Amino acid sequence: MSGIGTGYDLSSTTYSPDGKIFQTEYAQKAVDNSSTVVGLRCKDGVVLACEKLVLSKLLVEGSNRRIHNIDRHVGVAVAGLAPDGRMVANRAWDEAASYKRVYGEPIPGHVLCERVGSYVHMFNLYWSLRPYGAALLLAAYDKNGPALYAVDPSGTSLRYFGTAVGKARQAAKNEIEKLKLNELSAREAVIEAVKILYKVRDEDGKKFELDVSWVCDESGKVHQRVPDELLAEAERQAKAALEDSDMDD
Amino acid sequence: MHSSRGASHAEAPPSTGTTIVACTYKGGVVLGADGRVSIGNYIMNRASNKIAPLAEYIFLCRSGSAPDTQVISDNVKHYLDQISAESGEEPSVEMAANLVKLINYNNKDHLVGAMLIAGWDRHGGGQVYGAPIGGTLVKEKWAIDGSGSTYIWGYCDNEYRDDMTREEAEKWVAEAIALAMTRDSSSGGSIRLITLDGTGAHHKYIRGDEVQQFVGDLPFPAAPPASLPLQGGAAGSMVVG
Repeated sequence: MSGIGTGYDLSSTTYSPDGKIFQTEYAQKAVDNSSTVVGLRCKDGVVLACEKLVLSKLLVEGSNRRIHNIDRHVGVAVAGLAPDGRMVANRAWDEAASYKRVYGEPIPGHVLCERVGSYVHMFNLYWSLRPYGAALLLAAYDKNGPALYAVDPSGTSLRYFGTAVGKARQAAKNEIEKLKLNELSAREAVIEAVKILYKVRDEDGKKFELDVSWVCDESGKVHQRVPDELLAEAERQAKAALEDSDMDD
Repeated sequence: MHSSRGASHAEAPPSTGTTIVACTYKGGVVLGADGRVSIGNYIMNRASNKIAPLAEYIFLCRSGSAPDTQVISDNVKHYLDQISAESGEEPSVEMAANLVKLINYNNKDHLVGAMLIAGWDRHGGGQVYGAPIGGTLVKEKWAIDGSGSTYIWGYCDNEYRDDMTREEAEKWVAEAIALAMTRDSSSGGSIRLITLDGTGAHHKYIRGDEVQQFVGDLPFPAAPPASLPLQGGAAGSMVVG
């Protein structure tokens, strides 16, 4: 079968004539086809929100976690291949724990994100390894304040005010650009994030859940799931906003 | 001079025998140390520098085994250099203190180093940490160590105040070291002070003859009263051995 990268896409150690490494691009596809993850860095914290498609009625509610704690002050949300994302998250946990042991203080967000980026990048260098098919949105609140980072399968790590990965990332990013993030409190940002997820998702009638976490002043600078009442309120507002726009149509 | 804490080492190398002092004040920290390095009764160096730089605003006061503390200082300086390069930021005092502690604790069977880490960083201001032998780490408002420190606990406890000015803190440190030098034969020579307040590392050197004296010489005897004979006679004079 011939395809886009025929001949140049069999190994991550082969460039294509136009300077691409197709294996890395294909890994990115795994992320692009995953359900959407949104990250917002607001006035006093960072919010991560994931849409989780519920694949089976037999799954216990709340299972298939997409957000992991890395340290008290850092959390990551994963998009793409879940086991790959778990490996990278575990590495982040290792880095944070060893930094704390050696230097006595919590790992700064920008140091952690670079270490995770280097780690993911390494898997793009060797023929015997495949690139990770996962992207991580990293929410950190350190002594320099709150920060949001994204690491993609190529190992690029960048700091963002707001970003999204996954299926509806383009629509989500368009919505994020409308927000005045510097003026939002974390509470308000949670509601906005959930509204965005509801708005941009595919209305295919399939059941879905949300994983939403924050690290902010209100949470005592600790990364944790948002309180149930806040999540319920956010979903209520998101559904109401959808109905309003439905009526407008 | 073997500090009492190192006595369990049968073959411990001679220690510097030292007085080191560090204290926080309103706006920064002051570090101080004497200058004597002695091996037994021989003073090998009477004006040594026992305060080592670990970073631009972080210093280490060394007491205990001289070679051990020098190696610890070099290693911690190296690790701090590396992490600053990685993070692009100045290291914090807590990081330096933690590194000293890790080396002390993980090598406790081999090392005899009692150190004070003091410095200034953007987020925490002036800080002092004590890192005695064995690998403890304690953050304190002020700390003293070395053989001479045993003589000045009372002075330090009594005279320390929170939120001193820079002048008061420097006077407190210099006086504490001078008092220790008075009573500890292994401390003496000169006093070095370093003050860190975020504008720089301000060094002060107090020469041996400028150090505050507390126990002066007895006055030279005046001419003896006429009733006493000048020279020792046979029966009526005291023989002073």
